[in-house]
Amino acid sequence: MGQDTTSTPLVSIEGLRISLPLGSDRVMAVDGIDLSVKPGKILCIVGESGSGKSMTAHAIMGLVPKPLKVEGAIHFDGHNLADIAPSVHRGIRGSRIGMVFQEPMAALNPVMKVGKQIEEVFRFHNIPGPYDDRIVALLDSMGLPEPELLRHAYPFRLSGGQRQRVMIAMALALDPALLIADEPTTALDVTTQKQILNLLKTAQHERQMSIMLITHDFGVVAEIGDEVAVMQEGRIVERGAVKDVLHDPQHPYTQTLLAAVPDLSPRPAADAEPAPLLSAANVSKTYRTRSGWFTPGREVHAVQNVSLQLGRGETVGVVGESGSGKSTFARIVVRLLTADEGDVRLDGVDANLLDLDTRQLAPLRKRVQMVFQDPFASLNPRRTVFEIVAQGLRAHGVGRREARRRVEELLDLVALDPSAADRYPNAFSGGQRQRIGIARALALEPDVIVADEPVSALDVSIQARVLDLFADIQKRLGIGLLFITHDLRVAAQICDRVIVMRKGEVVEAGTSAQVLFDPQHEYTRLLIDSIPGRGQMPKKHGPATAAAEAMERTRE
Amino acid sequence: MRDFFQRFCENRGALVGLVVLTVIILVAITAPLLSPVDPWRSLGRPLQPPGGEFALGTDMLGRDVLAGILHGARISLWIGILSAVVAALIGVTMGAIAGFFGGWVDDVLVRITEFFQTIPSFIFAILLVAILTPGLTSIVVAIAVVTWPPIARLARAEFMTLRSREFVEAAVLSGVSRPRIILREVLPNAVSPLIVMGSLTVATAILTESALSFLGLGDPNRISWGYMIGAARTVFRHAWWLSVFPGLAIVLTVLAINLVGEGLNDALNPHLKGRRVGVQ
Repeated sequence: MGQDTTSTPLVSIEGLRISLPLGSDRVMAVDGIDLSVKPGKILCIVGESGSGKSMTAHAIMGLVPKPLKVEGAIHFDGHNLADIAPSVHRGIRGSRIGMVFQEPMAALNPVMKVGKQIEEVFRFHNIPGPYDDRIVALLDSMGLPEPELLRHAYPFRLSGGQRQRVMIAMALALDPALLIADEPTTALDVTTQKQILNLLKTAQHERQMSIMLITHDFGVVAEIGDEVAVMQEGRIVERGAVKDVLHDPQHPYTQTLLAAVPDLSPRPAADAEPAPLLSAANVSKTYRTRSGWFTPGREVHAVQNVSLQLGRGETVGVVGESGSGKSTFARIVVRLLTADEGDVRLDGVDANLLDLDTRQLAPLRKRVQMVFQDPFASLNPRRTVFEIVAQGLRAHGVGRREARRRVEELLDLVALDPSAADRYPNAFSGGQRQRIGIARALALEPDVIVADEPVSALDVSIQARVLDLFADIQKRLGIGLLFITHDLRVAAQICDRVIVMRKGEVVEAGTSAQVLFDPQHEYTRLLIDSIPGRGQMPKKHGPATAAAEAMERTRE
Repeated sequence: MRDFFQRFCENRGALVGLVVLTVIILVAITAPLLSPVDPWRSLGRPLQPPGGEFALGTDMLGRDVLAGILHGARISLWIGILSAVVAALIGVTMGAIAGFFGGWVDDVLVRITEFFQTIPSFIFAILLVAILTPGLTSIVVAIAVVTWPPIARLARAEFMTLRSREFVEAAVLSGVSRPRIILREVLPNAVSPLIVMGSLTVATAILTESALSFLGLGDPNRISWGYMIGAARTVFRHAWWLSVFPGLAIVLTVLAINLVGEGLNDALNPHLKGRRVGVQ
């Protein structure tokens, strides 16, 4: 594109304000921000959910939902995008500015072949065909295998990473000067994330375009960004070159965010061998789809011969990407799923848990509890926090008054106000909801807690606090914690020992320090190499939460 | 709860429907006071046109049409509501069990549901009333038996998606019993679409009752709108008022219930309503 590479900004945002409808938790979604993207540079906007970062991107694209008003100016190509006729904006969208969304499955039309969807981009901008060669070349440049065949595939045939590549191909089809990427890798596995970030970097370099990348993860910023702007509650609190901000953050909020990114320092191994609590041996589960009239039956080995030991007061991490069988394994251990074979034993029970029927299992249920991934789906929206936390106590015959007292204790234990008991889950944020989920798991005084990705749906800064809560509770109550995660950084921070799973099998097991610093299996090495921003992040000065707590105090 | 009323009132049609329905219900309740005469008794000269001594005229036996309509409102609404409640009880129970437990239980219950759905519903209702001899109970039973399958299917679909939700799994792990999980955890989350469907079932039931009465299969001791239209069809060309006024009553009631149902849908499932744009 004929864009010169002087420092005249490609996009410059001046005094952008977007107000929220009445009754929202604040008045402005975006409150008077100034921002510019230089040609050929990657600008990252970092912030927690609700900070207004996505809204800023949507304002550039003209995608702000109807009743909301956009004020201020967004200069691009001699237009003011904040105040432009929709028809002109439509011409700019797609051709001069491309966009990539967080969830590629939701952004692609599920009943249309991917090649056709790319073709639409050309058609809508009145570019004459034939398109076939261009589409193939485009898919090829995205590193997609067999582009000739792949363009005839429907989105559901592709993996998450492939879908995101197709999305990027669509966004880049007309060689835009600016690519807006809204959390493009958040929904992806860590290894895929690495590939997509590399792809974005190469594409940016080859085409000399600018990228505005929105993320909540400073690791991603360190990996890819040239410049960074930190947003908090609709305002930009800090901006500058990535290197400067990473190594010398000025604003306390930036410092909090940086401190919250877990680094790869394993927690010190326990001195004494803990008393054995739970052991699983050779657990296997295979899913079989029935063969239909036209389709052959399929077998998926979800879990194969997985064994592990969990001691009292110990945390064992199960790490793997999506599809590795780690969640299936967790659900087998708590007996929400049945295994095909295997032996799971709990201290003090003289039987294989997997062989027990529902009635025999009932009294043992309370000894093994679970914390779920999605803090929104795991709390019944129609019941109060008291009812949610107390349900197990009530089911085991504890009286209402006694249950009430216990619930208040538990809420206190997870650092929530006892008055929370009478409210409904929708009154709480994601992090608070996860605390409620933890309180529910603790209510029956279990020996083992199985936590299935308990922090992956949370913002990085909130993650750190929930992880601290887990560590603290474990220390106090001596619970055995089986911690399922896809994030090695998180595993390093909280786990004594780690097993790494891939396609249902354990590829590596050992103490956190062994696995993270002396990985034996190439897959473990790949996982470690894929951690975003590895080597570029500054060393930690103090414990992650000291800064977070300081922040909390200034907020109050 | 305040949100609920606010969203309901945003739908103008629903508000109008609610007002009309309230009036109809009040009329049904106070019918013996508004018109203390027996609607079956002959009071004056037959086939008087409306506007004279009798506001809505008289029928071939000199019975007051207005009294018939006022008293007929009782039976129409009563049968409509009662049979919808019975149908909902059957449907939700079947659907809940099928959806929650799955497996062979689900297979069996779905087959039974399909069996009922393959029979044309109105003919089935006629058959049932004819066998059970016409009367209030048999009409309610007949209508309930032909209207529960769609409710069961809806309940089943809702329960199927909800039973794999994490909060249900959490309840299982806490040792909460199955019936309690179904009633306390799952049902409250499935209830909004069921309420909407139930309100529309009332409208269908009123129509079915009218049609049965029209064919002479109504309760012979109680006057109903369908019966009035059925009896008047032979004199339609000379005495239009005999069929038109009960017909209007049916249209108005069913329309009002449908409007209220739509308003309930908007209020209970705001995310399904395209016009509202929320910020995530």
